[in-house]
Amino acid sequence: MNPYVRYFLKRLGWSLITLTVAVMLNFLLPRMIKGNPVDTIVSSMTQGMTNQNDIKRVYETFEKEFGIDKPLWQQFFIYVGNIFRGDLGTSFGQYPKKVSTILANAIPWTLALQFPAIITGWILGNILGAVAAYRRKLFDKIVLPVSMAISSFPFFAFALIVLFFFSATLHWFPIGGGYSFDLIPTLSWQFIGSVLGHYALPFLTIVIVAIGGQAIGMRSMAIYELNADYILYAKLLGIRDRKVVRYVFRNAMLPQVTGLALQMGTMVGGALIAEIVFNYPGIGSSMFSAIRQLDYPLISGCTLMITFAVLIANFVIEVVYGLLDPRIKMAQLEDN
Amino acid sequence: MRNTMRILLKSPKFMFGFTLLVLVMGFVFIYPLFNRADPFEMVASGFDPPSSEHILGSDNFGRDVFLELAHGAQASLYVGLVAGVFATLIGLIIGLFAGYVGGMIDNVLTAINNMFIVIPPLVILILISIGLNNRSSLIVGLIIGFTAWPWTARAVRAQTASLRLRDHVNIAKISGYSTMRIILNDILPYLASYAFMAFILQTATGILEEASISMLGLGPYNTISLGTMLNWAMMFEAMGTGAWWAFIPPAIIIGIFTFSLYIINSGMDEVFNPKIRS
Repeated sequence: MNPYVRYFLKRLGWSLITLTVAVMLNFLLPRMIKGNPVDTIVSSMTQGMTNQNDIKRVYETFEKEFGIDKPLWQQFFIYVGNIFRGDLGTSFGQYPKKVSTILANAIPWTLALQFPAIITGWILGNILGAVAAYRRKLFDKIVLPVSMAISSFPFFAFALIVLFFFSATLHWFPIGGGYSFDLIPTLSWQFIGSVLGHYALPFLTIVIVAIGGQAIGMRSMAIYELNADYILYAKLLGIRDRKVVRYVFRNAMLPQVTGLALQMGTMVGGALIAEIVFNYPGIGSSMFSAIRQLDYPLISGCTLMITFAVLIANFVIEVVYGLLDPRIKMAQLEDN
Repeated sequence: MRNTMRILLKSPKFMFGFTLLVLVMGFVFIYPLFNRADPFEMVASGFDPPSSEHILGSDNFGRDVFLELAHGAQASLYVGLVAGVFATLIGLIIGLFAGYVGGMIDNVLTAINNMFIVIPPLVILILISIGLNNRSSLIVGLIIGFTAWPWTARAVRAQTASLRLRDHVNIAKISGYSTMRIILNDILPYLASYAFMAFILQTATGILEEASISMLGLGPYNTISLGTMLNWAMMFEAMGTGAWWAFIPPAIIIGIFTFSLYIINSGMDEVFNPKIRS
């Protein structure tokens, strides 16, 4: 079999297993609490409710959706079956809206924000790191400490500071939200302009923090490669500097691609919290309000979607990695 | 050891991070000794701006932000340390075991490890926290530690797998020492510096994750931490009202904590791995 196809199938298999484990965790973890979790949740849900009908409604919704009278393994299959049908239950907080409808409204915002921002940050960070490694003295003294300082700020802390200075104080950017609240989402220039205006600051925040982390990683990888024997040999052979740099860059790049795959979960998690700061209408903000209202089905739907998105992103990166790394084509690299 | 300390003290990075950390810790632990007031006490009205009486004004409940900051940073540090110790311990145990025993057990543990690296830690944090009604700082720290170990385990496993093939380990094996003793006496000492650095990074991660999860409203219950301060500020629209004193100081303290720990780690890295010192 073609070694790349073999690599592809292997990665696909692992991704599917990881997905299964993730879905099981999504199902099992909240149910591991002592006593009947549904009772606990329903009693705290209905604490402020005085209307008997409301309480009954919550109970009935729960009973139907979770099949709490059945054994755990049967509940799990009901749960998986529901996921396959795209049915994630009914929201408590925004009753009677379906969780899938709420998520369908939120996901495009999050995807449109995070995907381009993380990729842009990654690319710029790698270029910056490589340049810092090559021009040690000039860039190194400035780029490295600044990157260290910025990347050690969590997304949301940076977001808070940036939002306060540029929006609340200087009024350069809107103070949050996905678009001006007096507009109705339509495909007009005014609306698109408003969306872009609200997009700029969250986007830049994620890009800047991502650049810092990537630049540090790339710099040390590139320095490691620059000290490798093959570089000395290439230089002795008289190969032009530009070409040598290209070799270095390509070799240092590979661990960075793997690194992106591994960091995806952490980065997406951080960016989701930053969404709350910007009050951005994505998954992060949905989750924030869901947790405040103890909207259990919506929380569960959010965590499931986040896991899906991160696992898919991971798989895509691994597939691309297989194309980039010639060792995989030669099937010399058995694992990892 | 003394030699290591000397290089460490000469490392500008380490010293910078260390000084920064000591300064913040000094404020965090000494200020409450002078101001013995209860941080939960409401001493002003909501979102009072900074004044001579309350250096950083008051939060939405009318509590003294400056005092809250000191107590909150203590709680965050505590959660971070618990998470750091717990994550490093799990990481060490799994990594050592998988790397030393090898074979099928190694494959299974590595597979589990790779899965937990990929599944977003925030998701697992939320899923566990949502079911726990009375979360103490200790519990939150333990939960965070439980989600943060895979990176350590991965690195420890790789190093153990290569250490296992060293001559002195073989001699210990031939001498008939127990697996436990070989791991503790012949492998662990080689990993000690790495484990310590991992602990520092995990503590930084712990402080960060506490803030993230508290920001979502799933932080330690009835506790002032840097994250819960931010959560209150977000819930009560501090940004919209322009009450910067309610959220900028905790955000900066979180940043200083993580920055100083990262830079201490990177300074130690240069001391323990002379290769990158150049």
